[in-house]
Amino acid sequence: MRMQSGWTLIGRMALLLALAGPLAAAVSEPVLDIGQGGKCVDDPRFMRLNHMKLMRHQRDETVHQGIRGGKYSLAGCVDCHASKKNHSVLGTDQNFCQGCHVYAAVKIDCFECHSSEPRRALAGEPLK
Amino acid sequence: MHHKTFAQIEIRYFYLLLVLGLVVVLGGLLAAQQMEAHGHVISGMNNQVVWGLPHVFAIFMIVSASGVLNVASVGSVFGRHVYKARAPLAGLLSLALLAGGLMVLMLDLGRPDRVIVAATNYNPTSVFAWNVLLYSGLFATVGLYLWTLMDRTMGGWSKPAGFLVFIWRIILTTGTGLIFAFLVARQAYASALLPPLFIIMSFAWGLAIFLIVQFAMFSWNELQLNPAIQKRLKNLLGLFVVSVLYLVATYHLTNLYFSRQVAFERFILAHGGLYTALFWGGYVVLGSIVPLLLIFMPGLGQARCVLLASLLVLVGAFSLLYVFIIGGQAFPLLIVPGYTVHSSFGDGQLASYAPTVFEWALGAGGLGVAFVTVTVGVRILNFLPHDDPRQPMEGN
Amino acid sequence: MSCDHDQQRRQFLARGAALTAAVSIAPGLMLYDFARARPPGEAANPAVRWGMLIDTTQCESGCDACVSACNKENGLSGRTLPTDSQWIRKLELQQEDTGRKISMPMMCQHCAEPPCVDVCPTGASFKRADGIVLVDKHRCIGCRYCMMACPYKARSFVHEPVTDHSGATPRGQGTVESCTLCVHRVDQGVAPACVEACAREGHQAILFGNLNDPNSAIAQRIRSVASVKLRADLNLDPGISFVGI
Repeated sequence: MRMQSGWTLIGRMALLLALAGPLAAAVSEPVLDIGQGGKCVDDPRFMRLNHMKLMRHQRDETVHQGIRGGKYSLAGCVDCHASKKNHSVLGTDQNFCQGCHVYAAVKIDCFECHSSEPRRALAGEPLK
Repeated sequence: MHHKTFAQIEIRYFYLLLVLGLVVVLGGLLAAQQMEAHGHVISGMNNQVVWGLPHVFAIFMIVSASGVLNVASVGSVFGRHVYKARAPLAGLLSLALLAGGLMVLMLDLGRPDRVIVAATNYNPTSVFAWNVLLYSGLFATVGLYLWTLMDRTMGGWSKPAGFLVFIWRIILTTGTGLIFAFLVARQAYASALLPPLFIIMSFAWGLAIFLIVQFAMFSWNELQLNPAIQKRLKNLLGLFVVSVLYLVATYHLTNLYFSRQVAFERFILAHGGLYTALFWGGYVVLGSIVPLLLIFMPGLGQARCVLLASLLVLVGAFSLLYVFIIGGQAFPLLIVPGYTVHSSFGDGQLASYAPTVFEWALGAGGLGVAFVTVTVGVRILNFLPHDDPRQPMEGN
Repeated sequence: MSCDHDQQRRQFLARGAALTAAVSIAPGLMLYDFARARPPGEAANPAVRWGMLIDTTQCESGCDACVSACNKENGLSGRTLPTDSQWIRKLELQQEDTGRKISMPMMCQHCAEPPCVDVCPTGASFKRADGIVLVDKHRCIGCRYCMMACPYKARSFVHEPVTDHSGATPRGQGTVESCTLCVHRVDQGVAPACVEACAREGHQAILFGNLNDPNSAIAQRIRSVASVKLRADLNLDPGISFVGI
């Protein structure tokens, strides 16, 4: 979503305001359930800042040119980071995607279309 | 501003109108919000009738926004003082109608939150994409034109600005007609007659709206319109109504001549139920013949007759657009000619469409935006046409 | 040959992203000549043009295996209200003068000159290099102009929020969608779900393959039997051809 860069900006501004304000102490960092976790496809700090650009770039290449197998895939994020409790990256403010996006006040609309649960093989492979 | 403009209207009437208009706008916004929250499933639209009542309202307003400028063009491009006195009002009406129409069009999108994508990703082969430029351009050119008309220091520029607006709106309405003219898929569309038809329709509907607003403004100011001006404007409306009737008849008669189009024409003209009734009763009789009688019958043609005629022209406009847009989609696609067809997807069947309250509210909300814009505009700026009683009437 | 293909598919599955269903249909799959799965990182090949040849004489009236398979594959509900999506549907045709009956599947015809792509204001409708016509739903604003422009009624508008994301294709409210030719399978060297389902039913109504490869089964068959394209008068050059109309 192109809109998201705008939202990101607004989210960051909101965050800055919140941090700069007298209530800064009240904003505590989210405690995230990173699911299976393990080694991320890239440095986590880099991913935290750039995942949206990386995913959008790869998304455009995959959808329009049919280039598959890139490492910055949304489904890949979900596979590793879905909570083992509810098999999802959404649901509570501890879940991986929702938790951080609520904290950063950035609207996330990926999961209106994409699954927030790990990929299941068509033959019915059990969830991780 | 030494004229007695709108001071005579009691301020509470103004606020009453304003509140009424804003309530209608709010209703439209709420309807759009509901459609975004629940999806278009709460509208009457479906996979066969993909454009519904909101498009009837939107296209009516966008076409009229262009046509209402006719009054201004005759003034600035062809140098007629009577019309030039009306140019600022015409410009305001144009901007107001365009804003209303575009609001409806945008809020009816499946993803109105992404409308900015239409600017960031531009497909040059799409008429819709051209129209994005044409609509924004009309705002800019009409705004510029109004500036030249209302700022005395800019007076010298009003003729070239008026000419620019004239060219721009003809192209714009051509673009609106082309939205349909380029559709090879459906039998109702794909006709080169559509752009000229849309242009003529814009003349008629725009002038009708102008006459209604002018009547209201003169009445509220307790002014009398110069009978010679009244006569000229009503004759012009009559001419436009006849022209639309001519092109609509040509469109249907040519279709009747092509045997592949006969089934479609029989549907619209003979046994299409609501569509047939709206075409003959709404458009032909109420929207064309009755207005022509009101305008041209000896003994008629006074201010109130012209007002009624103008209102009926708008009834005809909605009827014609409903038949054209919805009726045109209700008729099934001809995918395999020579075969009758059945499927789970409505192939071969006439589609049904019943607009819901959300579509009515959204469409009305667009009209509300136009209404509020005009109401506020005429109050804060001097848009009342000032006819100089000493000015001799120009020959015509 | 068959082993080779199988081998490659197995390798792919081993890489982890594939669909185990492909294995179970492997024997049927070989009826349709297949390009290998495209390696990761490689773009769709402009020398390829994917298409189908639908033999209406092999299509059984009342059989909707292709439709069910498509619904399952792509996560469609299978409901048939006028507001529900249908990517593929069965047409039951009867010739007006002779009374001859035909049954056939109908879906996006993957035109070489697609009107939906021409009219789309944002470029969300596009044709991929290998001829597959798709909607980029990230870019679709839901104006539905493509649905007005399509002569085949191939497209559906998602009228409601999508809650079931079990399908292989992401779908979402407010955007337009249609048959993707199972692009996610084709890119892995697997035939579209409808093709596989038709073969599983023991019918040979849908032949899928590369129209541009003169040695492909589909190209050979199109050379040898009379076939037509729907609404050929519009000259849109669809990728789907029909036998027996």
